[in-house]
Amino acid sequence: MEFWFSEHHTPDVKLSLRVDRQLYSQESEYQRIDVFDTPEFGRVLALDGNVMLTERDEFIYDEMMTHVPMAVHPNIRRVLIIGAGDGGVVRELTRYEQIERIDLVEMDEMVVEACRRYLPGNACRLDDERVHIYYENGLKFIRRREDEYDLIIVDSTDPFGPSEGLFTREFYGNCYNALKEDGIMVNQQGSPFYGEDAAAMQRSHKRIASTFPISRVYQAHIPTYAAGYWLFGFASKKYHPIDDLNAARWNGQHLRTRYYTTRLHVGAFYLPAFLEEMLQEVE
Amino acid sequence: MEEKTVGRLNQSRAPIYEALEQFRRMRVVPFDVPGHKRGRGNPELTEFLGARCVGVDVNSMKPLDNLCHPVSVIREAERLAADAFGAAQAFLMVGGTTSAVQSMVLTACKRGDEIILPRNVHRSVINALVLCGAVPVYVNPETDARLGISLGMKRDQVAKAIAEHPNAVAVLVNNPTYYGICSDLKAIVEMAHAAGMLCLADEAHGTHFYFGEGLPISAMAAGADMAAVSMHKSGGSLTQSSFLLAGPKVHAGYVRQIINLTQTTSGSYLLMSSLDISRRNLALRGKQVFEQVKRLAEYAREEINAIGGYYAFGPELVNGDSIFAFDPTKLSVHTLDIGLAGIEVYDLLRDDYDIQIEFGDLGNLLAYISIGDRIQEVERLVSALAEIRRLHQKDPSGMMRHEYIDPEVVVSPQEAFYAEKISLPLRETEGKVCSEFVMCYPPGIPILAPGEKITREILDYIEYAKAIGCSMTGPEDPEIQRLNVLA
Repeated sequence: MEFWFSEHHTPDVKLSLRVDRQLYSQESEYQRIDVFDTPEFGRVLALDGNVMLTERDEFIYDEMMTHVPMAVHPNIRRVLIIGAGDGGVVRELTRYEQIERIDLVEMDEMVVEACRRYLPGNACRLDDERVHIYYENGLKFIRRREDEYDLIIVDSTDPFGPSEGLFTREFYGNCYNALKEDGIMVNQQGSPFYGEDAAAMQRSHKRIASTFPISRVYQAHIPTYAAGYWLFGFASKKYHPIDDLNAARWNGQHLRTRYYTTRLHVGAFYLPAFLEEMLQEVE
Repeated sequence: MEEKTVGRLNQSRAPIYEALEQFRRMRVVPFDVPGHKRGRGNPELTEFLGARCVGVDVNSMKPLDNLCHPVSVIREAERLAADAFGAAQAFLMVGGTTSAVQSMVLTACKRGDEIILPRNVHRSVINALVLCGAVPVYVNPETDARLGISLGMKRDQVAKAIAEHPNAVAVLVNNPTYYGICSDLKAIVEMAHAAGMLCLADEAHGTHFYFGEGLPISAMAAGADMAAVSMHKSGGSLTQSSFLLAGPKVHAGYVRQIINLTQTTSGSYLLMSSLDISRRNLALRGKQVFEQVKRLAEYAREEINAIGGYYAFGPELVNGDSIFAFDPTKLSVHTLDIGLAGIEVYDLLRDDYDIQIEFGDLGNLLAYISIGDRIQEVERLVSALAEIRRLHQKDPSGMMRHEYIDPEVVVSPQEAFYAEKISLPLRETEGKVCSEFVMCYPPGIPILAPGEKITREILDYIEYAKAIGCSMTGPEDPEIQRLNVLA
């Protein structure tokens, strides 16, 4: 039997994964949640038919979301994560002893439940005593915070679904307000390749750049995301992502990683010409 | 679908919609208008609107009835609507609530008749006076000193107007105002009836009063004689569709004649079916739907008031007279305390945050919460307001509040509109009689109406409103640098 999962990256392009079997399929208040096993990418989590993570390539995303800011800011104690109910970002962050508190705000409790059950490799550190999970709207949560966090990680789904509010100027402004005077915000910034994705990426970059004094974009190669090519935003009140990188300090912690290195850290901020142009257009 | 009756009819029916579905299946060959022939003649339009949509853009014909003289499915839809709204008669309107208001006023008034009304009426009411030649008797609506908004009519003010103008033919009431403020409609109906006058209600913002719970009383329930109900605002039907309702004292045949004076003979089936389907939805599910709308608005008020600086006002304003009741689904926010006019916040929301709200005036803004809203969008609005305060807050001194300017009606709107007139630069018009409207749109409540005396106070207000970016309309000169006045 041939059993394939397909996700349209544009109306004319799709990515298909052969499926061994489906393990979970539920409709939550916000979205449809599916978990299935694939021969090539292992276990997969899809929300509304879009691949959120696969066991095979999630490390790229989760390492790049976390170690980049951790290697720049010398003293991150309090972290806020918005989205990321799968726990991958939490897993990476709990490896740092210096972190005292991680607030995780996830709108959809069913995503967390599904990941605890089917994706223990990601969800394994959600019970760390420093982790506090809030099931609520990210915009509402952050509106009430001021001068509280050293790092905010925005790990949302794409800007065309329930996460739309996390790509808005009001949200980025509220993040700015919730960060301490030397705080950093990292967000997933989508893909710059296909037309509609690229336009959304430009829109959110424009909003971030008008909110934070330092706003840079970095990239990674993630096979199951659109065009296999993914961007992250690094927005900061004080620290520059390259000038303030302290490679010796980070390497001194001897964290084993599979994608991130401090050499790659610098390289990730060097972007192709077409992308530099797209970003300059809106800066 | 569950069967449910509001009055005595089965509200799960939607006769116009059902007739269109049936008509589609018959695959009738069209040798009648519209000429696009189910969209085939206009592929770009069909691509844009969708084949289903243009496929039901059809003409009146026997199986689909005729809006000008309804005898079958449109008549049935009207009966169902009357039943759902608790009215004796309901008329489907396809020219907006403007046409419903005008038909209502034209039914009640003839040339020279007096009609008692608050000055904060929509322009469509005074337009109707231009058409029919009736003379307005204005009741001064109270103004809330802090918020700078016009309120409802006080009972004793209405009683005074009735006593001073015993020959007036009708009293017209906003139920509610744009801001959701209601007068004591029931008492006003009783006063009007005791004086032999009709009571008319402009319910452009009151459709939900007929279906929700814990909302102000609706015109039909209060015993009013006619009501213009904007189904397309809180009721969810397509823009430009509306209902005119009438009580048992009004002659339905005469109302139909009045409607047919100005209404199109090619009533749109898109609009009519949207009225039919929306009426069914509200009759079957309106109670839950408006409970949810009310909760969203209440939540938004709490969250906005928690930001600080803003005042999202609500039912606490109720004072038993000029604010007899407040519509809790309305989300109005007073912005002056953060040093920004409502219109400035309105512009910031649109330009910087991609959020379009209903309107902003000098001191307030109004965000329309309705049947289609979700909590996610409300969170965005609240967060954007918090950001605007953080980034743009200013010293509030020197901000102008709207003050009620008591109009001096020199001649009737019709006389002024058709009189010999001259055009003068704005500042040279002081003391003259205006022959045209001046208003901010929205909300569309005239600052000046035809036949009113122009004062320095009014000119100051117009210039201030222009300067802070209100969208001004009405006069022949779109820049409003000149006004037409009586020669």
